[in-house]
Parts: sequence; structure tokens; C-alpha cells
Amino acid sequence: MNINLGPQHPATHGVLRVELELDGETVIKATPHIGYLHTGIEKTAESKLYYKVIPTTDRMDYLAPMSNNLGYCLAVEKLMEIEVPPKVKFARVLLTELTRIKSHLVWIGTHALDIGAMSMMLYAFRERELIIDVYEACGGQRMMSTYFRIGGLADELPPDFNEKVEKVLKRMPDALVDYERLLTDNRIFRNRTIDVGKISADDAINYGLTGPSLRGSGVNYDVRKANPYSGYEQFEFDIPLGANGDVYDRYIIRLEEMRQSLRIIRQALDGMPEGPFRARVPGVVLPPKEDVMFKMESLIFHFKIITEGFKPPKGAVYQAIEAPKGELGYYISSDGTNKPHRMRVRPPSFVNLSALPKMVEGGLVADVIAAIGSIDIVLGEVDR
Amino acid sequence: MEEKLKEFFEKNFSGAVLRVDEFRGQLSFYIRKEFLLDICKALFDDQDLEFRFLSDICSLDWLNAPDEDEGRFEVIYNLYSLKHKFRFFIKVRLPADNPEIDSLTSIWCAADWLEREVFDLMGITFDGHPNLVKILTPDDLEGFPLRKDFSLTYEMPRFSHNKNENRFKERNRRTENHEYQSGAAAPGHPRGFAR
Repeated sequence: MNINLGPQHPATHGVLRVELELDGETVIKATPHIGYLHTGIEKTAESKLYYKVIPTTDRMDYLAPMSNNLGYCLAVEKLMEIEVPPKVKFARVLLTELTRIKSHLVWIGTHALDIGAMSMMLYAFRERELIIDVYEACGGQRMMSTYFRIGGLADELPPDFNEKVEKVLKRMPDALVDYERLLTDNRIFRNRTIDVGKISADDAINYGLTGPSLRGSGVNYDVRKANPYSGYEQFEFDIPLGANGDVYDRYIIRLEEMRQSLRIIRQALDGMPEGPFRARVPGVVLPPKEDVMFKMESLIFHFKIITEGFKPPKGAVYQAIEAPKGELGYYISSDGTNKPHRMRVRPPSFVNLSALPKMVEGGLVADVIAAIGSIDIVLGEVDR
Repeated sequence: MEEKLKEFFEKNFSGAVLRVDEFRGQLSFYIRKEFLLDICKALFDDQDLEFRFLSDICSLDWLNAPDEDEGRFEVIYNLYSLKHKFRFFIKVRLPADNPEIDSLTSIWCAADWLEREVFDLMGITFDGHPNLVKILTPDDLEGFPLRKDFSLTYEMPRFSHNKNENRFKERNRRTENHEYQSGAAAPGHPRGFAR
């Protein structure tokens, strides 16, 4: 029997359609169909100045906009050889780690909802609100913050920034304990997740899985440790690893990752250096607003950057970061003009989703829902 | 690690490498397309290098670029070694007419969807791919969106089901007559009253 799972089903996390070939309740073959959200962001970027691409990157993984911003900004900074001030590095790390928690909170809420724990959704979204408050204070928007700029941040960190982050740091450890009490030893949850959607370490590497889905199988690959960027080498944190590669392991890993993120946030907040919030590279990085108001040169540079942009040398760079979903990479090719010749995004969700058939074939229909939830996809990023 | 890789290529595939490029600390090898599958297999099996992780496949279109004669399309393979924590790129240039290259699905399962995406958006065919069908765009969209000659305008995209519809002809006529440019920036724009 053939049935369609999705595309308009809440358990598919957006508009994913999975064509299932069934024998009774056993899945013989699963074929994901994607593309319902394809908006051509890579193509759009080719017609925009380097600065003006940043808002489009938010719209890919809309649960982790800061990570997307960071990947893009780092890639352009690599292309232009810009060194950002230490304060920017710390602020970026802090904010992307908050983003990781935010993204994982949505994941834990929806994933638990999918497999029957309805109340998790409410609790997870309650804590997420605290992080959104930080977003709102920084970028002025609750979701699509577009707070990072090439060479720094959009603005100085807000005055009540520390206070707002402290609130998250104070609330989250207790919240995580609550979640664990609700789920980790919950018999229904364990039955639905242990030994479900298994993938071995070799298969996970072969399918190109990254992020918690890869580490659930016991492969120690985290871009933050393997190829540190944005000053991650200065922070102390551990990489949790699973052993079985099933849905339950991925759940445990994401919970532990949230704890590690809190550790990083604490270090970043305490050690936040003083200094400018943007690098000073005339003609490439936007000058501070006060200078634009009172200095002729800054005004000219500001005008030229906004209207003409800057021209990177001919060449191509790739910058990978550890987004909440896995390795997010930007391949930016420049042909010497003021617009990217090509911007390629290596979307973690897209590659992770391609391993779904491997995880679910031979299992039950109900396990498909658990497996989709556990690889944590965002269709905005899968389709771009 | 860079030295090791260069040595590997020189020893086993000296005829295959067209040039080696280093930009911002990233190593790329431009190779002849016939050798792609062999090179990737060797890199995968090599006990020392262990390039077991195919991170990404993407493609570029060099239409009207100064070096277009080297081949209009470029396919980029992004390989990563988990053992050495090292990433490098294999790049292949393909001609404008009938761009075709060997599929890597026999080595990496990850290549399956990545190649389908390149096929869908750039129109490059992968030889030996088990299921080379469109993945992101609708089945009846004509053309390959990421090619440079696929224009990004406000035109309605053409699908096979609306190819013969009148609105395309009408739209062309309207722009030819400059209907929108006679005084007003757009119908209803306040500037229109001045004329």
C-alpha cells in the first residue's frame, strides 16, 4: 500500500511530503519529496550587494537566524580578509549559542508533541520567549533579527543585554531538569524512541550527516572543535556523543548540548571584552553612525558602501559553522564585482533529510514521525 | 596536510591535475573530468588520508567570464577528512553544450541528493546516477534557474502548462508600448497627475 505523509501535516515540520510504500505497518520504501518552499535564495543573492544578502540568509533556517547570519558574515570576512574586534567575536559566540538553545527548544517541543507528549510544546515555548526577548533588544525583531554585519554587529549591544541574558541563564538549568523529568525516563517516550531510526556511524558519515544526528551515532565531529571559527578555541565546552545512533541518543545529545551552550554563554558573558562593535576597514565595513553624522569621510564611505558596495578579489571561499542542525557552509564565489557571482549554501537539513529513508525503512509508520522529528529539519532551509 | 595531498596527486594522478589553486588558505585542485571517479575512490580508500566525508557538491556558471573557454560550468566537490580535520576542493570545468560528469553515488550516498540538486538548478547531467530527477523546482518548470542566462526578473516564470497563454504575449506588448513610462512611475502614482 502506498500512502502520503504530508505535505500539510504538522508532524512533517513544514511542507515535507514522504511517499511511503507499506506492507501492513512496515515501511518498505520511503521517498521524501521536497521543494514546496523553494524560493531561490541562492539565485536572489547573485543580484544583491554583499551587504544586502544578509537579510535573505535569515529566512532559510528561520529558527536559527543568527547562525545563518554568522556563517555568511564569516565567509565574506574571509573573502575580504577582515579581522573583527574581540568583543564582536564574543558577542557573536554568545548570540549564536543562544540561537542554538532557541532552535533546540523548538525541536524538543515539536518532537515531543509529535510522539505524544503534548505539554512539552508549551514549556519549551515559554523558555524560548526569554531568548526572543534578547533578540528583540538586539535587533529590534523577535525572529528575523539580521543583527550581524560584515565586520561586526549592526549596533552596540543594548544596555539591558546582560540582564536579559542572565535571565536565560538563571531559568534554563531548572527548565532542562524539568524536561528531563518529563521525558528521559518516561516509559512511553523511551518506547517510542529507543532503537528507532537507527543509523550506524559509517552510514552516517557516508550520508553526510552532521550535527547532533551525526554525533548521535558516536562520530566526534563538531565544527566548533574541529575547525574553530569566531574565537571558539577560547571557550571550554564538551561535545556530547551518543553510541546507538537512535532517536533517543539524538534527544540526549541535544539536551546536553543546551547545557554546554549555557556554559559557553556564561564564559562569554563574563569575559566580554570592551571595544568597538565593528571593525574599522574604510570602504568595506560600515562606519559607526556617530562618525557618519559628524565626519565627512565617514559619510562618503557610508554612502559608497550602501550604493556601490565593495569589490572583493576574484576567488572563492568556503566557511563552515556549526549551526544547531549541523554543518552550515557558505561557498561564496566572487568574480571581482560588487555582487556575489554565486552563493552556495550547504544546508545541514537538506543533507540530513536525505538519510531519512535509510533510517526508517524496515521500521513502522509511527517511527517515521519520530525519525523526522529527531533529525530536526527546517523546510525553509531544505528548500531555500 | 597540504604537502601530503599534493604528493598524493603527483604520485597517483599526475596527468589528471590541470592546476592547483590556493586562495585564503583553501586548497583546490582543478582536474580533468575523466579522472574524477578514480580520484575520489582513491581518496576514500587511502588509509592515511581518509577523505570519507563528502560535504557538498555545488556548481558555478561562468557565462561571459574571461575564462569561459576553459569550460562554462564548474562543479565543485567539497571533501573533508574527519581524521585530519582538513577540507579541500576538487573542481572540474565542463563545456557549455551537454555538460556531463560521472556520478559519485557509488562512493557516497550523500552525493545522491546533492547531485540531483545540481542537475535540477544548473542542468548538469551525472552519469550513472540511479535516480536523476528534479528535486527542488516543479516538474514543469523549464530552464535551469541558477544559470546566468536564466534572468531574475518580475516576469511570470514559464511552465509547460502556461507556455501558450496570452498573458506572456500581452505582457511583452505592454512593455513594448511603454505603458508604464508615460509620465507615471506606475498607474496610480501621484506623479502621474503632473503631466
